[in-house]
Amino acid sequence: MENAIAWIFIFPLFGSVACAILGISNRKICYPIAVLSMAGSLWAGIETLRQVLSANDHTVSYLFGGWTLDAYPRGVGIEFHADILGILITLVVLGVGFLVSLYSKLPVEEETPGKEPLFYTLFLLQVTGLAGICLTGDAFNLYVLIEVAALTGYGLIAIGSNRAAAATFNYLILGTIGASLYLLGVGYIYIKTGTLNMVGIHDIIVAQGLADSATMQVAFVLVGVGILIKMAFFPFHAWLPNAYCNAPTTTSSLLAPLVTKVMIYVMIRMVLSVFGVEFSFESTLWTDVLPWLVVVAIVCAAVMALAQREIKRMLSYLIVAEVGYMVGGVWIYNYYGLIGSIFHVISDACMTLCLFLGAGLILRKAKTTHFDGLRGLFTKMPLTMTGFFIGGFSIIGLPPTCGFFSKWYLITGGMVSQRWEYMIVLMFSTMVMVVLFFRMIERIHLAVSESGENLGHGHGDLGLTDQQTRFDEGPLSMLIPLLLASAVVLVVGIYNQEVVSLIEIFLSDFNLPRGEGIE
Amino acid sequence: MFEDGTIINELLIERLNYLIYVVLLLIGLHAMIAKKNLIKKLIGMSIFQTAIILFYVSIGVKEGSTIPVYLPEHDPHGSHSVPSDTNETSHFEHGPVILDSSLVKGYANPLPHVLMLTAIVVGVATLGLALALCQRIYQGYGTIEEDELLAKMESREIRAKALSVQIPKDQKLPKKDELKKSKSRPVSKSKTQSVSKPKSKGKK
Repeated sequence: MENAIAWIFIFPLFGSVACAILGISNRKICYPIAVLSMAGSLWAGIETLRQVLSANDHTVSYLFGGWTLDAYPRGVGIEFHADILGILITLVVLGVGFLVSLYSKLPVEEETPGKEPLFYTLFLLQVTGLAGICLTGDAFNLYVLIEVAALTGYGLIAIGSNRAAAATFNYLILGTIGASLYLLGVGYIYIKTGTLNMVGIHDIIVAQGLADSATMQVAFVLVGVGILIKMAFFPFHAWLPNAYCNAPTTTSSLLAPLVTKVMIYVMIRMVLSVFGVEFSFESTLWTDVLPWLVVVAIVCAAVMALAQREIKRMLSYLIVAEVGYMVGGVWIYNYYGLIGSIFHVISDACMTLCLFLGAGLILRKAKTTHFDGLRGLFTKMPLTMTGFFIGGFSIIGLPPTCGFFSKWYLITGGMVSQRWEYMIVLMFSTMVMVVLFFRMIERIHLAVSESGENLGHGHGDLGLTDQQTRFDEGPLSMLIPLLLASAVVLVVGIYNQEVVSLIEIFLSDFNLPRGEGIE
Repeated sequence: MFEDGTIINELLIERLNYLIYVVLLLIGLHAMIAKKNLIKKLIGMSIFQTAIILFYVSIGVKEGSTIPVYLPEHDPHGSHSVPSDTNETSHFEHGPVILDSSLVKGYANPLPHVLMLTAIVVGVATLGLALALCQRIYQGYGTIEEDELLAKMESREIRAKALSVQIPKDQKLPKKDELKKSKSRPVSKSKTQSVSKPKSKGKK
């Protein structure tokens, strides 16, 4: 397959068109189309990874419209540019998309009856947009793809209840501000460099020594703030919990693991590949300021997560905290922090997927995701709960799971840069997550309700009837994706050295401080 | 290229463009964040996006230049006034040719303007989606004022929590819920019922 990188997009794009057209006459056909196109896309993604690894400079380029790289200065024509970082995150996107599409059969039928064609059309376009963000090599094209992903995301969330529509409206306003600021920043870049190609921009910044240029500083701030808004970094996070917990199950399982993580990828891409290490870390004040904002972000998000009594809402605040981890990993500015950040993007997507798939099954069975609805669920659905808590343990950072290894690199990074406040905050947040998840484990095993909960169970009936504890797993079409996701969490954890060695190949092109005496 | 004569005048005109873009941007941002009415927020969003379009169009302006199609005297393949098959294939083989920098002066850079075509399309799509959302919100809650909306959502949330916890009593409560809803808004009675029916099913 020569043009595997193009097939990544052809499958879901044409799949979405097929869903929209064929779905009119036969609603049942949308689910197989979605699963097949995601499978095809995933296969093309793996094929592209193979090509990237076998290429000399570890990149694969695909140019639209017959333009070539050698004939013209880079920047004429749109380029899709896959390097190791891009294709790794793309594979995460496609993998999550595939598992969620498998999972989606029953929830979509039950939660949005009659709207399957629309749902799957948006679903496939969403995946196309997110994968495009990871692979595009053009700064303006990135804006368009961000908006493609965002618009389909608004649709996917609002397709549920009226509450979801109200939550989506706030998301739409903030998302538009973020994307527009990014677009404005791209305008400033274009004024100064005259190109929109990411590699071209970097070449010109280096060749013309634009590090001190005020225009580029403005561009950096606009692009940076725009991306921080889109990724729900702490002061801008308000849209996220409402949108994700009111969304249909399938939507939240797709968006929660991917959207924020892909935006963190965009930040890493902008910082390393577009503006360059010297510009981003040394000519701007962000390395001084942002780690402190990260400290505030993680503490606030963790405390707010602690205050929640509802699984999906709690998980949403955990995502906000995790965003803080990854932003911090980038801005503490060293080699290990960046490995940690990139690895955490991958592992966080896997474990958030696990948790949200699990939450969907719990919601379906217990009819509520409130903590009190969890009583005795372990005897009722042991497999679901096992999958859910593998994700939970990974968020806490227990050793065999991938969350442990990425957090390990983040903490090592904090040590190398002597950012003690970042390390302390990581430890604090880890402890908060231990409390959160063990509180839930206690609930599902011990069948007791939380004391001090004044929601009307003063009748002393805390025991469980036979009906409540009978073995009653969720349907296989939902259970298997959850178990696969939890298997991925464990496999990525066990084979962490392989993932890290790929990230190291990518980072070897950049001149990053490594600290001394750390092995 | 601005050295000849009217440099001050031209700079003033250009600065005016950028000044207007910043003012529009701030007006839009203010409306999006501070206004309570959802439609006013959307108007702010449109102003915000238009400001960015103005910015891009301004950076692409070049006075006294023409559209970026080869002038007859610059065309590397001869005149295109009489297209023929042979001519087109030769064009395809050689591709476009870069002109000398002295010849390029007369052409405008089309790229910023073309980018804005895409941005306008994105803006229209966003606005359309947002208006559809407003419609849904109005159908569901009967208001598009943000503070009223929040109050209504909160009261419903409290009710929903009471429903989800009191498991043995939840048969009665959805009915109360429906009654209250239909009392408060008799106009869209049928719609609220159709909305709340699946909810009450879910609570069982």
